[in-house]
Amino acid sequence: MMTGSVLLTLSGVNAYYGQLHVLKGVSLHVNEREIVALLGANGAGKTTTLRTICALLKPATGRITFAGKDIVGMRPEAVVRLGITQVPEGRQLFGPLSVRDNLLLGAYTRLCAGRKAEVLEDIERIFELFPILGERAGQRSGSLSGGEQQMLAIGRALMARPRLLILDEPCLGLAPLVARQIIHTISQLRSQGTTILLVEQNARAALSIADRGYVMETGKVVLEGSAEELLRNREVRRAYLGKDYEEV
Amino acid sequence: MSLAELLQYLVTGVTVGSVYGLVALGFTIIYNATGIINFAQGEFVVLGGLIFYSLYVAAHLPLVAALVLAVAAVALIGVLMERLTIRPLINSPVVTLIIITVGVSVLLRGAAKLIWGPEALPVPPFSGEHSLFVGSVAVHLQYLWVLGLTVLAVVGLRLFFDHTIVGKAMQACAINSEAAQLAGISVSRMVQGSFALSAALSALAGIVICPITLASYDGGALLALKGFCGTIIGGLGNGLGAVMGGVIIGILEKLGIGFAPQGYAGYQDAFAFVVLLLMLFIRPSGLFGRQRTEGI
Ligand SMILES: Nc1ncnc2c1ncn2[C@@H]1O[C@H](COP(=O)(O)OP(=O)(O)OP(=O)(O)O)[C@@H](O)[C@H]1O
Ligand SMILES: [Mg+2]
Repeated sequence: MMTGSVLLTLSGVNAYYGQLHVLKGVSLHVNEREIVALLGANGAGKTTTLRTICALLKPATGRITFAGKDIVGMRPEAVVRLGITQVPEGRQLFGPLSVRDNLLLGAYTRLCAGRKAEVLEDIERIFELFPILGERAGQRSGSLSGGEQQMLAIGRALMARPRLLILDEPCLGLAPLVARQIIHTISQLRSQGTTILLVEQNARAALSIADRGYVMETGKVVLEGSAEELLRNREVRRAYLGKDYEEV
Repeated sequence: MSLAELLQYLVTGVTVGSVYGLVALGFTIIYNATGIINFAQGEFVVLGGLIFYSLYVAAHLPLVAALVLAVAAVALIGVLMERLTIRPLINSPVVTLIIITVGVSVLLRGAAKLIWGPEALPVPPFSGEHSLFVGSVAVHLQYLWVLGLTVLAVVGLRLFFDHTIVGKAMQACAINSEAAQLAGISVSRMVQGSFALSAALSALAGIVICPITLASYDGGALLALKGFCGTIIGGLGNGLGAVMGGVIIGILEKLGIGFAPQGYAGYQDAFAFVVLLLMLFIRPSGLFGRQRTEGI
């Protein structure tokens, strides 16, 4: 897969929750049209990294640039308008609202700009990508199954027409078959031109579609490399591909 | 008590109750957007009545113009309150913000006393001193104004929340403000909008009720407390529940007068609080349950 110039960079990002130093000089980058996997144990700081990128958390020091623009200090909605959207950990749907309303809200900025026709076309496209959502369009999103909710969370994020789609553990708690379908969808999205930053507990699944990856440990990036390198790396195998390691 | 008397109390109760309901709805909207109980809610009611007095009685503006302008003016005051006192501290604990609203309420009450004076001001009923008779039950035309405008406001609000993207975005913020931010919704705008809406509803309540109760700078506290009782009875965060809760308070209050022994009718204001306390002891989640996530 041809990848392009640098789209997102983090350099020396430090972030705190109150007194707790959670990100300790995180540096990473994502090139255009890449899938980059971000791996790490529970509590390593993956979600915090993603929250910082999306301006939900302001870094104490460090630079974050997107398409050459410094985005530190921007409001979250401005970051969305620039072209970054996130499928957050645990999906975070608007549970009492319908499937369709969740999708509409994903395109909030465009709807406010009066581009309704275009948004309705995009909803149809989401329904082609995930036909089950079309069947459930009027249903409360909170009543969907886990897999359907994840599809909706991805659909909602796509409604913003992102250049960079960030996903935080999209396969968590899903049946293997559904998880595989989600992973397949993600690689499909990339081939349509969307750049992807993927956090996933299932390192093998993530690395199977990723170009490159980073491994985080207690707030630091401790390892980076191409997906093949990481799959071959002893440390990675021991920590994240445990079962496979025994087979070797 | 005869049936006619009972009906008479019911009509009066539903009428004042719908005013409490509007105030309760005002509480709910701000609570859902921010988690704050706004103690200045009663002042929005009072300012609605007083500004309406100035426009309608003093400046002789036509009814509809005076009503719309007064509602808009109070909505603007709500926006300014959010901008100047809440937004700068939005990351503080909710308790801090609630105390700030207490301060704003004192400030607004003082300002109202300075501008309009300490006397209660009379406002004539919108359609004169006429009553409609249904059998032997008299329904003052002002009551119809109160009921009509309340229904209009509640239905309008429902349509706004269910059928406009901004209304849905406000619900989204109430449901999950981080997810709303990730969808590109400006939460601070929505909070500001909630103050505007809430202030407008309370102003409307103050306007329609002032021909019945007079417009006075210090009438807000009691109305706000009764509105708050309605909010709790309806289940904190549940918009329609809040309106129903307000109506229930109004009915209980008026029936209380009807059934109270001679000489005790003056205690009508206490009924609401007795109900509130009972509610908090027995069923703190309200009659209709906490449905904060349902938006209004
Ligand atoms: N809102 C918060 N307030 C305080 N500390 C937090 C908060 N969120 C996370 N933390 C702490 O920050 C550290 C990093 O958490 P983070 O959620 O970024 O990890 P993660 O890599 O996403 O883990 P997981 O795989 O479990 O999702 C953890 O020690 C966590 O306890
Ligand atoms: Mg996480």
